[in-house]
Amino acid sequence: MMSRMHHLAPIVLLACGLAGCSTSPEKGAAAPIDDRAISSAEMDALDGARTEGVADPSRLQGGALDDPASPLAVRVFYFELDSSEVRADYRPSVEAHAAYLASNGGARVVIEGHADERGSREYNIALGERRALALRRQLVLLGASADQIRTVSYGEERPVETGSDEYSWERNRRAELIYEAPR
Amino acid sequence: MVLFRRYLSTLFLLLPLFCVGPAQAELTIRITQGEARGLPIAIVPFGTQVPVPEDVAGIITADLASSGRFAPLESTRFPGMPQTLDGVDFAQWRAAGAESLVIGQVLGTATGYNIEFRVLDVVSGQQILAFAAPANDRNLRLTAHRIADLIFEKLTGLKGAFATRIAYVLVQETAKGKRFTLQLADSDGANTVTLLSSPEPVLSPAWSPDGTRIAYASFEGRRSRVYIQELATGARRVVSAEEGINGAPAFSPDGSRLALTLSRDGDPEIYILSLTTGEYQRITRNPAIDTEAQWSADGRSLFFTSDRGGSPQIYRVAATGGEAQRITFEQGNYNARPVPSPDGSRLAMVTRVEGAYRIGLLELGGRRDFTVLSTAGLDESPTFAPNGQILMYATRGRGGSELATVSVDGRVRQRLNVPDGQVREPAWGPFLQ
Repeated sequence: MMSRMHHLAPIVLLACGLAGCSTSPEKGAAAPIDDRAISSAEMDALDGARTEGVADPSRLQGGALDDPASPLAVRVFYFELDSSEVRADYRPSVEAHAAYLASNGGARVVIEGHADERGSREYNIALGERRALALRRQLVLLGASADQIRTVSYGEERPVETGSDEYSWERNRRAELIYEAPR
Repeated sequence: MVLFRRYLSTLFLLLPLFCVGPAQAELTIRITQGEARGLPIAIVPFGTQVPVPEDVAGIITADLASSGRFAPLESTRFPGMPQTLDGVDFAQWRAAGAESLVIGQVLGTATGYNIEFRVLDVVSGQQILAFAAPANDRNLRLTAHRIADLIFEKLTGLKGAFATRIAYVLVQETAKGKRFTLQLADSDGANTVTLLSSPEPVLSPAWSPDGTRIAYASFEGRRSRVYIQELATGARRVVSAEEGINGAPAFSPDGSRLALTLSRDGDPEIYILSLTTGEYQRITRNPAIDTEAQWSADGRSLFFTSDRGGSPQIYRVAATGGEAQRITFEQGNYNARPVPSPDGSRLAMVTRVEGAYRIGLLELGGRRDFTVLSTAGLDESPTFAPNGQILMYATRGRGGSELATVSVDGRVRQRLNVPDGQVREPAWGPFLQ
């Protein structure tokens, strides 16, 4: 199921773009969809169980999660150096995600914590987790249920930028909010 | 002699079992800083009567040079190429500047080779060591390392650590994305074997004290778990799959317990897991980060990294728990990943010096001298050779992550890299048993 969702997600987005998706979530019908492009590593993890998506995309309902104009579109939260404080300018997005989770009790998210490459690897795992937990704490304070949110810290192991410069380090100090396909 | 022979055959019978996966991406080694002040020794190419696939004398020369305690003579300065005692003219070797001389022969036998070698004291003209070691194609390199160990021990009084292995993480780009593999190699990077291959990150390999198992943290299934893998069979088991972080494993000196970091109680804390009962004992209790535990040599305490004082520093706590003592005070505001030397006299760590992350070495006794041993900016993951004489760590080179070694006196440096991958997280194994 998980793998199918991953494959269908880009098709759904495309369909939404053509049809002009509504910005208001359809209560109860909104399907939380992991709209990241599937990474090659994930393809690898599927290990031959890969399928081509030929299902009718109209059967999957795009909701507010797919609207690039919604505060819910913010899924990556960047952090200052040596900081695990969720920046104040992310407040609208954090509130929107908390509200979404509160009103969609079946929705599940994984928060991945990340650090830049400097310093010790296991210490960076701890720093990444502190960031993931800070975001989780805010979501819970704003109404999400703790058991909707799983955290995992990759430390410096999964950088989005591979350079050794200020720009890359800023982009890598992050927490990523990833909606899981419904089980 | 008989004992040595028996020792070798027992040891090498085990070797084929180490091969869990296919070898790939061999590490290559190069000396980046040599040492002229070591003991001048001449290692003459060994005579051969049969084709021999390895340069035995060359391996011994590279091993001894890497230690910082020897300055092997260039072969162009050799007055001759003797293979037996009666071909040696000590006066000529004295004139060439050698204080010790190694000669030998590789003889063919029904099962492989017999390596006969002698170590001669050029100054006194006396033989100080003579051995014959059986070998075959598979263990020829290891036998050469074993000979280097014997020479090292005889001439320095310190145990050699050339016939040892390292584990490390190799990251390669493939058509299907990143591939993380846990590798095993000889201490000079040769004879690589893949222990684990995964599309998700692998880190923190840690050896069991008897060298039969490796613990590591792996993100298979997009969550962290700690595994212990048997080297002989490749079989492994999950030993920790708690909510949150499962990482930084470290075997106790007796191999019965594993220190590790878990965040199941809300923040990263040090725990000790009994490998016999599966019970966890929580060691630290602090809302700050506590991680990277390493056992003291006597097994009675743990060194670890904590930012409870506002910045990451090294602390020490009894293995039964209780109050932690801060160890680093005057070494800057970033000290992490403490690794005690095998004799417990020193502590290697990652230290920040003017924005650069380097490997620092703190003397734990008396004067608490602190030396910064590495020179780059993103150095990490120090690990001691089991004789405490060499530190290996991860650094950056032109092609990305590579491994580096430095003698603890800072005099000799080497780099180990693979042409098509990133190497990091080295863990130097114990003496072979």
